Amino acid sequence: MRPWSRSLAATAVLSTLLLAGAAVAQAPAPAAEVKPFKIGVVTFLSGGAAGPFGVPARNAAEVVVEALNGGKLPAPHAAKGLGGRAIEVVFIDEAGGPTTQVAEYRNLVQRQNVDAVIGYISSGDCLAVAPVAEELKKLTLLFDCGTPRIFEEGTYRYVFRTAPHATLDNVAAALYVTETMPKTRKVAGINQNYAWGQDSWTDFEASMKVLRPDVQITTSQMPKLGAGQYGAEISALMSGSPDIVHSSFWGGDLDAFVLQAAPRGLFKKSVAVFTAGETAMYKLAGQIPDGTIIGARGANGVYAPDNALNGWFRTAYTDRYSLPPVYPSYRMAQAILGLKAAYEKAQAGGAAPDQDKIIAALEGLTFESPSGTVKMALGKGHQAVSEAVYGTVKNVKGKITFVNVKRYPAEKVLPPEGVKSADWIKSSLKK
Amino acid sequence: MGDLLAVTVDGVLYASWLFIIAAGLTLIYGVMRILNMAHGSLYALGAYAAASLAGAWLRGGHAPMGSYAMLAAAAILVGLVMGPLIERGLLRFCYGKDEVVLVLVTYALFLMLEDAVKLVWGVEAYFVAEPYGLLGSVELGPLSYPVYSGILVLAAVGVGVALLYAVTRTKHGKLLLAVIHDREMSAAMGIDVNRIYLVTFTAGTMLAAIGGALTAPTVSVLPGMGVEVIVLAFAVVVIGGLGSMPGAALGALIVGLVRSAAVHWLPQVELFSIYLVMALVLVFRPRGLFVAAEARKI
Repeated sequence: MRPWSRSLAATAVLSTLLLAGAAVAQAPAPAAEVKPFKIGVVTFLSGGAAGPFGVPARNAAEVVVEALNGGKLPAPHAAKGLGGRAIEVVFIDEAGGPTTQVAEYRNLVQRQNVDAVIGYISSGDCLAVAPVAEELKKLTLLFDCGTPRIFEEGTYRYVFRTAPHATLDNVAAALYVTETMPKTRKVAGINQNYAWGQDSWTDFEASMKVLRPDVQITTSQMPKLGAGQYGAEISALMSGSPDIVHSSFWGGDLDAFVLQAAPRGLFKKSVAVFTAGETAMYKLAGQIPDGTIIGARGANGVYAPDNALNGWFRTAYTDRYSLPPVYPSYRMAQAILGLKAAYEKAQAGGAAPDQDKIIAALEGLTFESPSGTVKMALGKGHQAVSEAVYGTVKNVKGKITFVNVKRYPAEKVLPPEGVKSADWIKSSLKK
Repeated sequence: MGDLLAVTVDGVLYASWLFIIAAGLTLIYGVMRILNMAHGSLYALGAYAAASLAGAWLRGGHAPMGSYAMLAAAAILVGLVMGPLIERGLLRFCYGKDEVVLVLVTYALFLMLEDAVKLVWGVEAYFVAEPYGLLGSVELGPLSYPVYSGILVLAAVGVGVALLYAVTRTKHGKLLLAVIHDREMSAAMGIDVNRIYLVTFTAGTMLAAIGGALTAPTVSVLPGMGVEVIVLAFAVVVIGGLGSMPGAALGALIVGLVRSAAVHWLPQVELFSIYLVMALVLVFRPRGLFVAAEARKI
């Protein structure tokens, strides 16, 4: 054959193959029934947030998905996978900031063809990814980030958050302080200078001012995220002799703050309120003094209710990773189980549901998780609410236990549908 | 008045911490004209080594006081291993190239070291908190400071005095000054420039590691801890003048005091107070406060 005819033959073969491929692609696909449901899971696998948050969340995803695929969960999640369909997970590192995350999100949806995305610990990443999810029309479950702004300032069809936002943590903290320490007059705060820290302090300060109009703020410190050295801040906190010090610090910053403040006696003078302190309590058991008030961002971790799901989750997680699950683990489990509940409701015993049906089922859904009953009650059915819990540390032989544990129902610590958190705190917090 | 005392003490403590790190950075730049982007990673390595060594020491049930020796040993170890390894293994192939090329080379090194740290130690936090509280505290008015912070100040003063003495009073120091002044001419006069570079880089690395080792008991040692530090150290040496040791000392003191004053009196501006000072200094002295006179070659 002459060269041109060879290339002609090649073209013919190629076209045939392409046509055949197209035909296969167009054929009604019975294979779709057995194709696993692919979830892109985005959580910090590197950087400062990986140790305290990202890795415990990934671990939870591994434990829960593996057990779901094996049909090992207790009721009401006993069905294998998602209504019998296997789950496949792709893990993506959340490190790198919002720009990187938007690119990674597009990759997940457009190249990896995931069926849904579960992810985002950082409020900045949540705010950046949500509009992109709308643009790409892909079901996205935010599992952890705190900022109330997502559904208070926007309306989304494809985006859900299966855990309550940060207003709950700070309103509940203020309620707990006023109930357990009625003599509180002087309050100080130290929070990280970005969305999470600022929102947390704003809500806490506003709540305290409503609950205790005569409260005096001695200082509000806002060091940079990851600053690491808090010598001057601790002096500034101590010189005001506040009754309580509020902090939404997390991860390495929380560790460093506790390690530097404890030897200087800050916690002897003032009671610390750590709204996200639960992730640090195992590592810092020796440093966290009695009387410290600690939150777990909902009924998670040690505050999780005594039910079969939690019993299973705690045992399975602890057996595999030899550390108990912390609140990001619980929130990850909550997101996966929320998706499962919605999928199975949409399926209703029939064929595999499409994305629109899953979304319709998830809106306003009530489902069970290791942290108890979760209700998608806010943000037009896209934002979850659940109860809030706070307790006070009592160190028993080097192990942290909690006394005076108080539970607050969702409606006491979160605004009703359609009302912004800041307005609600000012107008209706004090019954 | 009590406020002023607290501002000064906090400022000096912060400055001491900064100076130890910035001294290594400015030493390497002053002698070798290398803006070492990997300095923060070496600081982190010092912290990791300290947490591992002192942690193992304490877990082994040895006398807690020995943990201070472990901190020092960790810093020396990191300096002696990483310094020659980086200088002989990588940097010596890049001498004579443009300063910008070396910035890129050390930046690449920084990225590699960050990942190497994760390979060796994982992403979990390490703690070695005991040495911080072991020596007790000192009461200063309503505030109390751990004696450990005093060690930090002593270490900073010690580093400053030792460097000053080594450079101005010893034979090696004079050779060093000759190399700073003119590398080619020094080599022609028989000075072993390679050896001077090796020693300088090792000393700079050790300073970074000392900073990290002394910080380890006050923080949780985590991936990425070197990044924050390198930015601050750059601010310090830019204020003081790149390559100037007294400049680094003054720069650290200014940054420490300004930051501490901001935290106490105007917390809202703390975030950018340091950079405001830096910008102001650069407006009036674009090369920093203490610029070594530039020798012009004809």
